[in-house]
Amino acid sequence: MKYLQALALLLMLFATAPSWAVEPDEMLSNPALEARARAISRELRCMVCQNESIDESQAPLAHDLRLLVRQRIMAGDSDQQVIDFLVSRYGEFILLRPPLSWNTVALWGAAPALLLLGAIMIVAVERRRRNAAQPATAQLSAAEQARLTEILNSETAP
Amino acid sequence: MIPELGHYALMLALGVALVQGTMPIVGTRTNDPLLMSMATPAALAQFAFVAIAFLALAECYVVSDFSVFNVYENSNTTMPLIYRLTSVWGNHEGSMMLWVSILVFFGALVALFGGNLPSALKANALAVQAWIAAAFELFILATSNPFLRIPNAPFEGRDLNPILQDPGLAFHPPMLYLGYVGFSITFSFAIAALLEGRIDAAWARWVRPWVLVAWMCLTLGIAGGSYWSYYELGWGGFWFWDPVENASLMPWLAGTALLHSALVMEKREALKVWTILLAILTFSLSLMGTFLVRSGVLTSVHAFATDPARGVFILAILVVFIGGALSLYAWRAPLLKQGGLFAPISREGALVFNNLFLVTACATVLIGTLYPLALAALTGEKISVGPPFFNSTFGPLFIALMIVMPFGPLMGWKRGDLLGAAQRLLAAAILSAVAAAAAFAITHRGPVLAPFGIGIAIFVMAGAVTDIVERTMVLRVPSRVALMRAVGLPRSAWGTAFAHFGLGVTLFGIVAVTAWSSERIAEVKPGGSLDIAHYRVTFDGVFNRTGSNYQDVVGRFTVLRGDELVGVMEPSRRNFPDRDMATTEAALMTRGVSQLYISIGDPNKDGSIPVRVYFKPQVLLIWLGAGFMFFGGALSLSDRRLRIGAPRPAKARQQKPKAALQAAE
Repeated sequence: MKYLQALALLLMLFATAPSWAVEPDEMLSNPALEARARAISRELRCMVCQNESIDESQAPLAHDLRLLVRQRIMAGDSDQQVIDFLVSRYGEFILLRPPLSWNTVALWGAAPALLLLGAIMIVAVERRRRNAAQPATAQLSAAEQARLTEILNSETAP
Repeated sequence: MIPELGHYALMLALGVALVQGTMPIVGTRTNDPLLMSMATPAALAQFAFVAIAFLALAECYVVSDFSVFNVYENSNTTMPLIYRLTSVWGNHEGSMMLWVSILVFFGALVALFGGNLPSALKANALAVQAWIAAAFELFILATSNPFLRIPNAPFEGRDLNPILQDPGLAFHPPMLYLGYVGFSITFSFAIAALLEGRIDAAWARWVRPWVLVAWMCLTLGIAGGSYWSYYELGWGGFWFWDPVENASLMPWLAGTALLHSALVMEKREALKVWTILLAILTFSLSLMGTFLVRSGVLTSVHAFATDPARGVFILAILVVFIGGALSLYAWRAPLLKQGGLFAPISREGALVFNNLFLVTACATVLIGTLYPLALAALTGEKISVGPPFFNSTFGPLFIALMIVMPFGPLMGWKRGDLLGAAQRLLAAAILSAVAAAAAFAITHRGPVLAPFGIGIAIFVMAGAVTDIVERTMVLRVPSRVALMRAVGLPRSAWGTAFAHFGLGVTLFGIVAVTAWSSERIAEVKPGGSLDIAHYRVTFDGVFNRTGSNYQDVVGRFTVLRGDELVGVMEPSRRNFPDRDMATTEAALMTRGVSQLYISIGDPNKDGSIPVRVYFKPQVLLIWLGAGFMFFGGALSLSDRRLRIGAPRPAKARQQKPKAALQAAE
């Protein structure tokens, strides 16, 4: 269900627009430049859509942004210049890969930090248990213990 | 009358849930077997009442009773019966009904097949299950009543959202919910164990089948949804890191971790406290997914339900259950005894590694999904966290996991032999290096890292095969003996191998299609053609076709490979006049496990048509791998030790033929 509803609603919003994602008339005739445009497009968010890049989106805004990216490329901008230009116009919200900053340090650092923390915890717990070194037994009632012995014997018998 | 009956049955179900949620617990506290035994009939009655309510709603859809508001909103007499049925859950109210139905279905299964459970554990688990049911039944009755009537019934309903008029709707949501909600059982068992304050290896053995069932269904549900969006969206994307997708991926990751830690607990009595926590977290993530999607907190676009009352209600459910469960855990978990020491290099150690990486991957997805919300709430700053972020954080974690994965099954319990495992994986490693080199040689474009991805995928697949080869000793003993050994292997060993192999297959598909897809996007006039991969696609022209409640504008394409006619493809634009909407119906042609994919836009005035043609190499492997995983889960589920609750005693195995003979006499 979940994301289908999302797709459904997204498509519903743009159903009246005949366009869909990159259109033939938008594309640059130079394949190398077009490839660059596509790569940049995949990093940029269609700001009126939900989590869609302008490369995928069907919204009119995405269409305009795709044209804008290609205009900048034709004007001789480098990839970074194109992205900087769009950020200066629309803010960092447009970047699908948030740049590392004070605001996003926790976001980017989360995975390595958690991995490290988890590893440290595992080692610590393991060390503590090893030091405690007491035989671990479940507290079973006498009847349960008898039943358990019976089961274990019946299982391990050759 | 029928809708009122359904409504009434749902209220009765709520009543039963309240009884089921309290009496058995009182019973376990006072040691009253009569009160404890109430749980079983109550769970069955609960299921019966919810089933009546669900069937009543389905009946309203089948007979198109437009006096019911929900039916009027989402159905139409021109829709085929199958879509009238599936539209029962193609909307907010109905999908919540499906959610609760599956919840009480699992409860009834535990009641029916939980005969070998200790009575206190069963009573407590069913009681916890009833709390969840009660909360969601109350939610439906209070905020999302599907049986609401309209005073003057209209003659015709609105249509089901056209994009949902697809066979995918019959399969995907029930499967996904079976997975999501299936984890409620493990949650209930975990809470029951905490209430009792004791837990042992047998607990893991009872719970593992439920984890397996939920995990299998979730796997298929996610894969099904991915394939649906692949052919429905018109450009062949299969995963978008969309928040709603992430909401289904997170329980899958946590559930996969749970599946493995429960194994350690069952075999070695270790990781008990951790397994309980995972059981709680997995279902909490399911609940959170429900909340994120249902409440509209993530985005206004995704929200089915814009009514804030619903969001607040689910948030309350979320806080009570997750908060309550974690508090109980913090209070009771220290009482649980740990057991089973093991060396770092061992099967247990490998499974701990698995858990660490899966949980970190899950946390990464969670943080990535919620971070923009939190940041906006705290600082007012808006950022986007999209696919590039997830690919570069989730990707490395999963790759590390995949490299280590083949070692796990080859290690012994308690103390493993890393060098020995590495030696046995030598053939797999060589094969994967050859595959990576071949991929590097054959393809002369695409990302540099792609051949390494292929190498890892092959390593995972070959590693799974190695496990079976080692266990059957197929190359070292006569083939007849090896065959007998293969038959004698526990089914769970085959299950592991199949599921791990499947993950490799999926990775292969993802890498191939991501790196080496080709696409052509162009305006084509009738008679014009496009070349892609080894194929030439010629546009013959458009024609119209009328369906039951839609009109198609169909483009006809002839596909040639060299001079040989391969086939005809007919993608279309499908217009639904009732909703004034159009969908893109892509045409797919399967060649081996690769696909040719064509979708078209609306025809231009000059007769030309915008066309997107894709060649998706090995794309079907992505979903085929999920099929392998499902099959592996099913094999594992049919293992005697889970079916019967005990492995077959070796003695009985020897005596069995004799006993059978005697019986025959």
